[in-house]
Amino acid sequence: MSATAEAPVAPRVPGWRKALGKARSNPTTLVGAVICLVILAAAILAPWIAPHDPAEQDIISRLAPPGGDYPLGTDQFGRDILSRLLWGARISLTVSLGAIAVACVIGGSIGMVSGYIGGRFDLFVMQVMDVLLSFPSLILGLIVVALLGPDLVNLVVAIALTAIAPFARIARAPTLALKERAFVEAGHALGYSHLRIIFRHILPNILPEVMVMASLWMATAVRVEASLSFIGLGVKPPTPTWGGMTRDGFENILDSPWLAVFPGMAILLLVLGLNMVGDGLRDATDPKLRNE
Amino acid sequence: MSEPLLSVQGLRKHFVQRKGFPRPRTVIVRAVEDVSFTIAPGEAFGLVGESGCGKSTAARALLRLIEPDAGQVTYRGQDVRSTRGSALKALRRKMQIVFQDPYSSLDPRQTIGSALMEPMRVHGIATGRDARDRAAALLEEVGLPPGALDRLPHEFSGGQRQRIGIARALTLEPELIVADEPVSALDVSVQAQVLLLLKQLRERRGLSFLFVSHDLSVVRWFCDRVAVMYLGRIVEEGPSGRVLADPLHPYAKMLREASPVPDPAQRGVLPRIVGEIPSAANPPPGCPFHPRCAQAMPVCSTTAPRWTSATGGGGVACHLHG
Repeated sequence: MSATAEAPVAPRVPGWRKALGKARSNPTTLVGAVICLVILAAAILAPWIAPHDPAEQDIISRLAPPGGDYPLGTDQFGRDILSRLLWGARISLTVSLGAIAVACVIGGSIGMVSGYIGGRFDLFVMQVMDVLLSFPSLILGLIVVALLGPDLVNLVVAIALTAIAPFARIARAPTLALKERAFVEAGHALGYSHLRIIFRHILPNILPEVMVMASLWMATAVRVEASLSFIGLGVKPPTPTWGGMTRDGFENILDSPWLAVFPGMAILLLVLGLNMVGDGLRDATDPKLRNE
Repeated sequence: MSEPLLSVQGLRKHFVQRKGFPRPRTVIVRAVEDVSFTIAPGEAFGLVGESGCGKSTAARALLRLIEPDAGQVTYRGQDVRSTRGSALKALRRKMQIVFQDPYSSLDPRQTIGSALMEPMRVHGIATGRDARDRAAALLEEVGLPPGALDRLPHEFSGGQRQRIGIARALTLEPELIVADEPVSALDVSVQAQVLLLLKQLRERRGLSFLFVSHDLSVVRWFCDRVAVMYLGRIVEEGPSGRVLADPLHPYAKMLREASPVPDPAQRGVLPRIVGEIPSAANPPPGCPFHPRCAQAMPVCSTTAPRWTSATGGGGVACHLHG
């Protein structure tokens, strides 16, 4: 009469730790993560580490070249470029993080519910998402900001709107596969509600895919925010934004190129860092690559 | 016989598919055509047949995991098909299912403890410390250490996962367990252990079973009564000793001959299996088995056989015995 377990229970190695180890062993991901963390730290610490007030105008040293009292020079109003870059990082990160968080929650929910319900409802929702997807993200952002007016919240709304469709798609695909698994059927047999099955059992299983998508779309969000600021539809001056600084610097590109070059490089660096992290995360969570 | 625990009358489930473009054709797959049986309290009832005969679909339809198209399912006098909302939730407590594939039946990101405590919370049976104690007790009952509570499914073998699946089915203290090929996905050595566990649980808790399987020797060992299904219909039913030792229906005979016999002297006698199971989308007229039947008569291809009682209990649907 022995009905005991046939083998000792295996030691536990959480899947996320495996993924993290994989990401760590990839130098590209590491470099990207360092870049992002440095920019994040700069944004958070801006009030303390910025050498000058970003709005302070030093009329005597207008358009000063880099060096001396102003490490990265000053703009046409005599404002410190470095301080403005540090403060501008706040806007870039707030807008893109906010927009991606909103898009992630709304888009992810739409995708999961649509895939879970299936049938004609799913078909209809995904057609709507395809329509949203057919607008280039900059154009859609432009329309929304032009209609609502440029301020921080509207910028978040505009960028979030452009990112909802891709999140809905990335959440829907694995939901379609998961809802056929026996554990979802077991949930029905145990009397769980549909909401409980979607948010307690399907959501944790699609989270890795959604997180990878979020890190990749962060880069797009940063770019769209900078582009909108560049064409004057970003957060209004005198608040420093990287896109706005690049545009202002453009007027003096021939005699004072640092005005446009430094904010442009800041944008490039952040987008590059986010893309590197996103790619690394994708490789680490891709089950096809994980076992190699 | 006392009042049955579960009674199924004329259960039917057709799957409608529309295929093709630009002119779609509607294909109706008659997975379950007409299935009737009863299960008495404490009884183990076996449902056997080839792959694709509709036995799993029938099991899922009576649990309303898929909605049946027709028929009547009665649980202790309560009509299962018309039950809604909280009454359905209460009914689900009484009937649980154990799945075939232990790898997909557990949420890969939910710890075992959470998987066992969640049903108790949802049904208001136990919470917190109490629920955890109950979960640990259930694990012990299915032969797993309490340390398994904080682990994830991928840390367990197939047999261990199946034990967890059984423990989860027991969390709501059901009276009836639908076991859908519970050991088919397991190694032969593990099959015996899990079957033994199910039999122990049945005796200890007085559970009733609907045991779906294609393995005749397993069914003979586990079940009191057995029904043989073919193309969505029950062709023979009766006490498992009688049906599996002395089958009346030619299909049941064929199944029995195809089942391996542990006797070296029997080696080399090939089972007389003729043909494949026809598609449930296009079942033959008359008796569904007649194209493969060695004893088919002209009447078999035109008229469906009536259900006839058999000596020794149960019944059979065949013109040979009609």
